[in-house]
Amino acid sequence: MAKPKLKAHVINREWCKGCGICVHFCPKNVLELDDTDKVFAARRSDCICCKMCELRCPDLAIEIETEQDD
Amino acid sequence: MAIKDFIRERFFPHIWCPGCGHGIVLNSLLRAIEKLGMSKNEIVVISGIGCSSRISGYVDFHTLHTIHGRALAFATGVKMSLPELNVIVPMGDGDALAIGGNHFIHAARRNIDLTAIVMNNRIYGMTGGQYSPLSGYGILATTAPYMNIDYAFDTVELATAAGASFVARSTTYHVQQLTKILRQAILHEGFSVVEVLSQCPTYFGRKNRAGSAVDMMEYFKNHTTPIGSKAKKDHPDLIERGVFVEKEMSEYCSEYDKIIEKAMKGRT
Amino acid sequence: MKNKNIKFVQGNEVCVEGALYAGLDFFAGYPITPSTEIAELLSYRLPQKGGKFIQMEDEIASMCAIIGASLTGSKVMTATSGPGFSLMQEALGYAIMAEIPCVIVNVQRGGPSTGIPTHVSQGDVNQARWGTHGDHAIVTITASNHQDVFETTVDAFNISETYRTPVILLYDEILGHMRERLLMPEPGELPLVERLRTSVREGVDYHPYLPREDGRLPMSDFGGVHRYNVTGLFHDMWGFPSDNPKIVHGLLRHLVDKIQNNVNQIARYKEYFLEDAECILISYGSSARSANHVVVSRRPRGERLGLLELQTLWPFPYDLVREKCANAKYIVVVEMNMGQIMQEVRKAVDQPEKVFLANRIDGVFITPTNIRDILRLIQGKGV
Ligand SMILES: Cc1ncc(C[n+]2csc(CCOP(=O)(O)OP(=O)(O)O)c2C)c(N)n1
Ligand code: SF4
Ligand code: SF4
Ligand code: SF4
Ligand SMILES: [Mg+2]
Repeated sequence: MAKPKLKAHVINREWCKGCGICVHFCPKNVLELDDTDKVFAARRSDCICCKMCELRCPDLAIEIETEQDD
Repeated sequence: MAIKDFIRERFFPHIWCPGCGHGIVLNSLLRAIEKLGMSKNEIVVISGIGCSSRISGYVDFHTLHTIHGRALAFATGVKMSLPELNVIVPMGDGDALAIGGNHFIHAARRNIDLTAIVMNNRIYGMTGGQYSPLSGYGILATTAPYMNIDYAFDTVELATAAGASFVARSTTYHVQQLTKILRQAILHEGFSVVEVLSQCPTYFGRKNRAGSAVDMMEYFKNHTTPIGSKAKKDHPDLIERGVFVEKEMSEYCSEYDKIIEKAMKGRT
Repeated sequence: MKNKNIKFVQGNEVCVEGALYAGLDFFAGYPITPSTEIAELLSYRLPQKGGKFIQMEDEIASMCAIIGASLTGSKVMTATSGPGFSLMQEALGYAIMAEIPCVIVNVQRGGPSTGIPTHVSQGDVNQARWGTHGDHAIVTITASNHQDVFETTVDAFNISETYRTPVILLYDEILGHMRERLLMPEPGELPLVERLRTSVREGVDYHPYLPREDGRLPMSDFGGVHRYNVTGLFHDMWGFPSDNPKIVHGLLRHLVDKIQNNVNQIARYKEYFLEDAECILISYGSSARSANHVVVSRRPRGERLGLLELQTLWPFPYDLVREKCANAKYIVVVEMNMGQIMQEVRKAVDQPEKVFLANRIDGVFITPTNIRDILRLIQGKGV
C-alpha cells in the first residue's frame, strides 16, 4: 500500500473551539492556533497523514484529506 | 459512509466546552459505527441526563434522551420489545453509577444485549462540579471543598462482578484503541460495558489543578497501561486499559424467545 | 349449559384479561401487594401470545422499560401499588412530556409510606393527579365491579393510544382481590383503538411532535424509517430540545389541552335514579358498591336517593357533576380517603356547602351501614 498523500487539512472554523488537542498531540508539530484560536496547518509539508488530529478532535472540526480517500 | 453522515450537522458546533472529552467519545463512537456497516435505522442511542447524555441529540439514529440514571431501564424495554435493534447507551459516571447504579448492575446480571458506555470524567459536569461515585478519595469538588472522602467504584470490577459478558476500558487519548473496543462492544452479543476515561477540563480540571484538556489527556497517556503489561507490575498504580472480559453467555432476549416457545407449546 | 365465557375471578385477573383483550404486548413490573397477581399472571399469559414480560429491579425501571417498549410500537402496561406508584412519578412525567402511550395500574392500599399493604384505601386519587412535578394533565379511570374493570382496562389502552398519553387505572385492594363473575366479551365486541402511525414516507420530513388538526400525533416506531429524537426536555416538532418561549408555551398548552378539551369524550360514569334525587351520592371504585347498595335498597322505601358513579376521575368532569347535581338538596361523596374527590365536587357545584363526606380511612371497607349512619347525621336524624 502506498503512503497516503496529503490533499488538504480541512478545517471547519465554525466548529473548532481552539482546545489545542490536535496541536499538542500532532507527532510532527504541523498544527498551530491562530490569534482567533482556530487551528491551521502551519507546517503542512511535515504532515504524515496519521490522522490523529482528526481522531482526537472533540468537535469533529479537522479532517485530513488524502489522495487515497477517493 | 463518512462519519458526517451519522451526525445531525445542524446542531453543531455542539454544546460541550472546548476540549471536553465527551466530544472525543462521540468522535470514536461514530468511527466505530462507520466500520460496522449497519443501517442507521437499526441503531438506537439511549442516554440519561448529564453533559455526556447530550450525545444522543447529535447522532442521526433513533435517539431517546431519557431521565437521569435510567437510560438502561428504558433501553431494556426497547431491546426486549424489538431485539433486532442495536442499542447503545452512553452515560455519565454519575448517571451510570450513582443514580443509575442499580439499573447498571441488573442490566449486567441479565446479560441483555446493550452496549453501555460510561463516559467517566469523575465529576458531575452538567450540575457544575460535584463529586461522583467515580471521583475517588482526595478529589476536590464543589460538594467536597475540603476533600472527597468517598472511595470510588472500579467500573470494570463492578461490571465484571455484576455479570457483564464484555468489559473494557480505554481513554480519550487512546482513540484508536477506543474505536476498536467500541466496535467490539457493539458487535458483542450480551451486555457490554466500555468505560472511557474522559476529561472535564471545566470542572474536574479546574478544581483539581489538573490543567487543560491537553494536560488531562497527557495524564491518561502516562497513567494507563495495557492489561497485564510489565509496566503494571513495576507501577501498580497505573490504570489498565483493554478488554477485561469477553465471554460467550446466553443473551437475555434469546433466552426469552425460548420462554415464548415453551409457553406456546404448552398451549397446543 | 355452562358458558365458557363466564369466569369467576379476582379483579386483578380481570385487569389482565382486559389488557390482553386490548392487545397488550409488553409488561414490566415489580411485585407489590395488592397488585402482584397482575404480574404473576402476565408472566404466564404474555409469552403464550408472543408477548414479553419482565420483572425489573424496581418500579422506576418498570416504568422506564414500558416507555422504551412503547416506542417500538408495543402496547404496554405496568402494575403497582402506593410505594411503587410513588417511585414511578418521574418517569410518568416523562411519558406525559414525550407523549408515550402506556397504562399504569395502581391497585391502591393504605398510605402514606408502607402504610397498610393488605387493606383497602382510595388515598392515591390526588397523587394520580399531581404526583409528578410540573403543570400537566393526566387521565385516571376506575371501576366498581369486574365487568366494568374489564371494560375500563380496555378503555385505558384506547384512551392512551388516542391521546398519546399515560393512563392510570386506579383500582383498589377490594377490587383487586375480590372474586366475582365476569362475562368475557367476545373478540370484536368492544372497540379497540390501534396506534395511529404516520403515513409520511421514507425520505420525507416527518414531524413526530407536530399534532394533526384533530390534535392527534401519528407515530413512527423506533426501528422504522424515520429517525427522530425523544426527550423529556421541552422540544420542537422534530423532538429536539428547545427553550424558545413560544415553543415551551405551545407544547405545555398542547399537553394540557389535548386532555382538558376532551373531558366529555374521556368522561365515563354511571348514574342511578338521578332524575328526581334529593340526595345524590357520588362515589367510585369499590366504595361505589356500598353506595349503590344504599340507593337501591332505600329507593323502595320512598327515599329519593341517587348515585353518580364516576369512572373517570381525571380530568375531573366538573360540568357533568354540576349538571347532575343541580337539583339535589345535598350531595354525599362516598370514598375511602379524607375527601380527595369531595374537594373536586365542591369546586364543581354551585353550593359547596351542600356537599358532605361519607368516608373511612382505617383500612376497612366502607359498608352500606356506614353510609346510612352518615346520611342520618346529615339529615339531622342522629345515629
Ligand atoms: C433525578 C435527578 N436528580 C438530579 C438531577 C440533576 N443532574 C443532572 S445531570 C447530573 C449529574 C451529571 O453528572 P454525570 O452523570 O457524571 O454526567 P456529566 O455531566 O459529568 O457528563 C445531575 C445530578 C436530575 N436531572 N435528575
Ligand atoms: S482539536 Fe479540534 S477543536 Fe481542538 S483545536 Fe484542534 S481542530 Fe480545533
Ligand atoms: S495527520 Fe498527523 S501529522 Fe498530519 S497534522 Fe494531523 S496529527 Fe499532524
Ligand atoms: S462541563 Fe465538563 S463535562 Fe460538561 S461539557 Fe464542559 S467540559 Fe464537558
Ligand atoms: Mg461525569
